Amino acid sequence: MNELNNIISIIGKETTRAIIGLIGVMVLVVINALILTWAERKVAGHMQRRIAAKEVGPFGLIQPIADSIKLLGKELITPVNVERPLFYLAPTLIFVPVLVSFVVIPFGSYLQVKDINVGILVILAFSSLSVLSILIAGWGSNNKYSLIGAIRSVAQNIAYEIPLLLSLLAVVFMVNSLSLKDIVEAQRGLWFVILQPFAFIVFFIASVAETNRTPFDLPEAESELVAGYHTEYSGMRFALFFLAEYTNIFIVSAIATTFFLGGYQGPILPGIVWFFIKTYFLVFVILWMRWTFPRVRFDQLLNFSWKVLIPASLVNLIITGGMLKL
Amino acid sequence: MTSVTDIIEGAVSLIVGMGVTIKAFFSPVVTVQYPRQTINITPRFRGHTKLVADDEKPERTKCIVCGMCERNCPSKSIKRVSGEKMEGEKKKTATEYILDFTTCSQCGICVETCPVDALAFSADYNLVGYHREDFHFDLVKEYEKRKKA
Repeated sequence: MNELNNIISIIGKETTRAIIGLIGVMVLVVINALILTWAERKVAGHMQRRIAAKEVGPFGLIQPIADSIKLLGKELITPVNVERPLFYLAPTLIFVPVLVSFVVIPFGSYLQVKDINVGILVILAFSSLSVLSILIAGWGSNNKYSLIGAIRSVAQNIAYEIPLLLSLLAVVFMVNSLSLKDIVEAQRGLWFVILQPFAFIVFFIASVAETNRTPFDLPEAESELVAGYHTEYSGMRFALFFLAEYTNIFIVSAIATTFFLGGYQGPILPGIVWFFIKTYFLVFVILWMRWTFPRVRFDQLLNFSWKVLIPASLVNLIITGGMLKL
Repeated sequence: MTSVTDIIEGAVSLIVGMGVTIKAFFSPVVTVQYPRQTINITPRFRGHTKLVADDEKPERTKCIVCGMCERNCPSKSIKRVSGEKMEGEKKKTATEYILDFTTCSQCGICVETCPVDALAFSADYNLVGYHREDFHFDLVKEYEKRKKA
């Protein structure tokens, strides 16, 4: 204990908090990905009235660990004509924004790595970086499918970033703060999903599109593009893309929880339990949507964003501003 | 340009679709874990033919060794039907009934032509073997085995 206090006094309280937080985030990211790979297979199975993974461990719970060991043991293939620096950089780069986003999410009233007063800007800025690594992966792979997937992803992300931002802005108007903690505290009593149902719907649709999930999974449409931007990746590099995708699902659900569903607030149970219940409910809805809806066509995808979501969320924003002025 | 009613109708249909999948999610699975559990075979299932036990004397089959099935088999799958007259019996008793199941097409003509209804389809579908001879069944022996079990 003494040594620990010494270390803390040397490097400072803030740094210690950041280090512990980062370790916690890393653990959360990995455990979340393990749970989600299992959950996705189970949800998929039961929605098709199958059993899904059940052989490894009780209810197949050890299956994701077996899968990750398999992926770790696989050979990392580098095709001949790839742009090597970009090809190697992309899987690592996709992971950075994911980790940064976790820093500002309030898991409980005290459980937050750092309460930055522009928290939501940090998340939005870094989450739009993930599209860069997708583009790098697609370009560096020297494969037409990868490139098409990456280009689609860029167009899609640009189109859906705007309604995402506008819908969150409506909430920011009401709270007068960009800090996630203030936003959660403002929802004591009444969740913003009741005051801003439309913004919630727009945010949810846009965030599904942002995470490249079905029905907006055009960047990795397997029936058209093999696997999209990660066609050429194997082994642990592929696993990193996979990990990032599942973590992104968690992050958008966590943001939706924070902004619209009252974050860690709820009766009886401790805050962190409420936070995870709400977040994983939204994650379940995203999985549920994946196994219900077919993929949209690309023109439909872009039309829906530019012609419906963006005007609608702008109108919502104007109405919110007007109501607040009154 | 999509009209507002189109969007509302579309949204309703999406919710209906999600209702369908969530119903499936909570209904019991239909997968049968085959080697561990089996489902009941339908009564009209056509496996290889089997000999039926005699109503009065269950130690023998109904077969009277008339050879009708052998003569009528379109694939010549019934190789040999032989038997002898036992002590105190009016009819012949089958001692050997060789069915070559590799060429049998389960058409059922043997079952239909049998004058004493001695043949029936079995529900046996777990058939494996290393040689084609493994599928030359002696139905009398098979009947004996069934009787013991």
